[in-house]
Amino acid sequence: MTSPLEQKKIRIAGPSVVTANRTWDGVVIYRTAARGWSADLADAAIVRTSDEARTLLADAVADDVGAVAAYIAPVEVRDTGAIKPGNLRERIRSKGLTIDVSAPA
Amino acid sequence: MYAYDELDRTLVNERVSEFRDQVTRRLSGELTEDEFKMLRLQNGVYLQLHAYMLRVAIPYGTLSSTQLRRLAHVARRYDRGYGHFTTRQNIQFNWIKLAELPDALADLAEVGIHSMQTSGNNTRNVTSDQWAGVAPGEIEDPRIWSELLRQYTTLHPEFSFLPRKFKFAITASAHDRAAIKIHDIGLRLHRNAEGETGFEVLVGGGLGRTPFIAKTIKPFVAGRDLLSYVEAILRVYNQYGRRDNIYKARIKILVHELGIEKFAQEVENEWRQMQGSALMLDDAVVEEIRSRFSYPAYEKLPHLPEELKNAARDPKFEAWRKNSVFPHKVSGYAIVTLSLKPVGGPPGDATADQMDAIAELADKYSFGEIRVGHEQNLVLPHVARRDLPALWRALDKIGVATPNVNLVSDIIACPGLDYCSLANARSIPIAQELTRRFANHDTANLIGRLHINISGCINACGHHHVGHIGILGVEKNGEEFYQITIGGRADEQAAVGTLIGPAVPYGEVADVVEDIVEAYLALRVRPDELFIDTVTRLGVEPFRERVYATR
Amino acid sequence: MPLVRHGKITQDAFVHVADDAPLPGDAAILISAARFLDDPEALCRRVGRTGVIWPNSRDVDDLVPWLDRLAVVALVFPSFRDGRAYSQARLLRERYFYRGELRATGQVLRDQFVFMLRAGFDSFEVKKESDAMAFAVTAKRYSVFYQPTGDGRITALHQRMQMRHSESAGQ
Repeated sequence: MTSPLEQKKIRIAGPSVVTANRTWDGVVIYRTAARGWSADLADAAIVRTSDEARTLLADAVADDVGAVAAYIAPVEVRDTGAIKPGNLRERIRSKGLTIDVSAPA
Repeated sequence: MYAYDELDRTLVNERVSEFRDQVTRRLSGELTEDEFKMLRLQNGVYLQLHAYMLRVAIPYGTLSSTQLRRLAHVARRYDRGYGHFTTRQNIQFNWIKLAELPDALADLAEVGIHSMQTSGNNTRNVTSDQWAGVAPGEIEDPRIWSELLRQYTTLHPEFSFLPRKFKFAITASAHDRAAIKIHDIGLRLHRNAEGETGFEVLVGGGLGRTPFIAKTIKPFVAGRDLLSYVEAILRVYNQYGRRDNIYKARIKILVHELGIEKFAQEVENEWRQMQGSALMLDDAVVEEIRSRFSYPAYEKLPHLPEELKNAARDPKFEAWRKNSVFPHKVSGYAIVTLSLKPVGGPPGDATADQMDAIAELADKYSFGEIRVGHEQNLVLPHVARRDLPALWRALDKIGVATPNVNLVSDIIACPGLDYCSLANARSIPIAQELTRRFANHDTANLIGRLHINISGCINACGHHHVGHIGILGVEKNGEEFYQITIGGRADEQAAVGTLIGPAVPYGEVADVVEDIVEAYLALRVRPDELFIDTVTRLGVEPFRERVYATR
Repeated sequence: MPLVRHGKITQDAFVHVADDAPLPGDAAILISAARFLDDPEALCRRVGRTGVIWPNSRDVDDLVPWLDRLAVVALVFPSFRDGRAYSQARLLRERYFYRGELRATGQVLRDQFVFMLRAGFDSFEVKKESDAMAFAVTAKRYSVFYQPTGDGRITALHQRMQMRHSESAGQ
């Protein structure tokens, strides 16, 4: 599997968001409908067609100063409307490490 | 320890100043990411899943206590209080902010630490044997030549934009602890029949998508010709290495496509035209570098001091001594390995507190010097044997005295999907679970030397191809699966492991490894036949049968 | 695209001429390697100065017989990440003793100026105006160099030895 950063053909399989890292500190961010960025997945704009995804991504990529390595990531949308990461990679980016790094007692 | 002088320090400072300017221009938008990315890579700055990652160079794995303290400071001040030692003797900080990087690098520059060329398509950290300079039977200290190579390759104007990354390793011992055969250029320091010091030069080793074991291009290159010969290799690679496909751009592919004889001929042709080169290393130049290496003023000490005799009654101490303490070329001294593989811990990590404590112990017991091994453990290279009991108590207190060096729970692993944007699967939790399964030291000792290597993707930063047991994370339908190989080795008999069967899911990896170990215990011909030797003797089939019988 | 020569932005005396365009009289021209090699004798004998744009995928060996009659050799960085022209430059300067103008073209950016100077380039078709203006300052970024090239700068290794020499001489 290639990293999503190398996506060439944009084709989405379900609801998706555009995500990137903030340039100055590397923090994970999501593209909002207001054409900005938020570190909270709940604020992300959801796209449901490949065309919408392409448009949102192009718009995000144009913000080369504010964001780095933007790409399209899958999400799950619950009945409540809550947005959840759509795969393990996005879960890790959203929630952090799956491991405990504190030194053992 | 190599002592930086004014010139070395000036260069590092000039580099920091240049990078500061580049970061400023990036943040202002004057540089696009496309223009900036290669520049930041050339300073060891990656973009990972959660944050930027800074890879700091530890040339040939040698650190002073002052430097280790400064690494601890960077971990605290700019990161989350810990660092990760890598399979190339470097250290990585996982949470650094780009905007703060110039300051972090300036802090490191003050003690002669830099991050030049720890990434990018250039010549990377020259790695060596973590026992260099103190191992019994060594021809001479390979770090002298590592330093010569380091300087030669640093900011080389011709070779800063190669087709792909380029890695060197040097060994001066019969037993290769530097894994030279999996490097783009591997160098084996030895003496020829005439008693001259020189190098067997190997090229084209490397792991990743297409693993290759390096081939000998020239059995003997005299020391004085080392740099000119390396330049000839680099020039041929720079001009003819593939640039159309990043998966085919390493020198190993060029060597494979041309064949070693033709490749050697190309290099020889280039080299012949370089005769009389300014790169010839006369004795004075080599002595200059050698003179900047200081060695401890060893005392005349007994091999079996009282302190050691008394401590022998403590079984815990003895277990550690038998596992983690190795012979030193100077009588009365020892080489001590500090395991960074505690049960349940992420392999190769150290907290800032641990780093500070180890720095203090290095001052007290190792003439202020620490080494980093490619197996992601640390080493105190100059410990008086009479100090071993006191040292052990201190190491045990800070959690770096797990007596599992070279055993099944001494696992080498890349950061994997928890950190790395290239990964397909996680590696650290696999390693953690394995250390828990094999936490019993008697069991681990019963099994004997066994190297497990885990990579979270095909880039193979965990060197899984050359693990006795190799574990490679792949992705299948959104789930983490792992391919398992056995029979790899990274030493002078380097070999790529063989797949034992179809990939297994995340939850079964530890079970499979247990089954492999059980198979080995049943199949070995004597208790002291090592796992790797049993596999070499019997092949993969008997293991495959037993492991996949019920799967 | 500004041309930097002798450390500052200057007028380019040379005109890039396409393969199918006629040569503009006695003007100083830059033509492709293919066009040049088609009739090198004539092109070297013309009144106007002739320069060749040499691709980075071709050995410079084929150009060697004409080097002492060319006014400019222009090498190419199709991407700044493609470093083949650095080897070509060093070979031209250090092996074949080319003394004419050696020009860097393609994606020529500020952060490679020092490498290019060290490799032997002395003129630069710089992509960005701001980079061209910063040339002089950028060229002075480094004062210590570890390895010898044909640029004559003394290496750190030899600097140290000189210092030692004068130390012991002074005793």
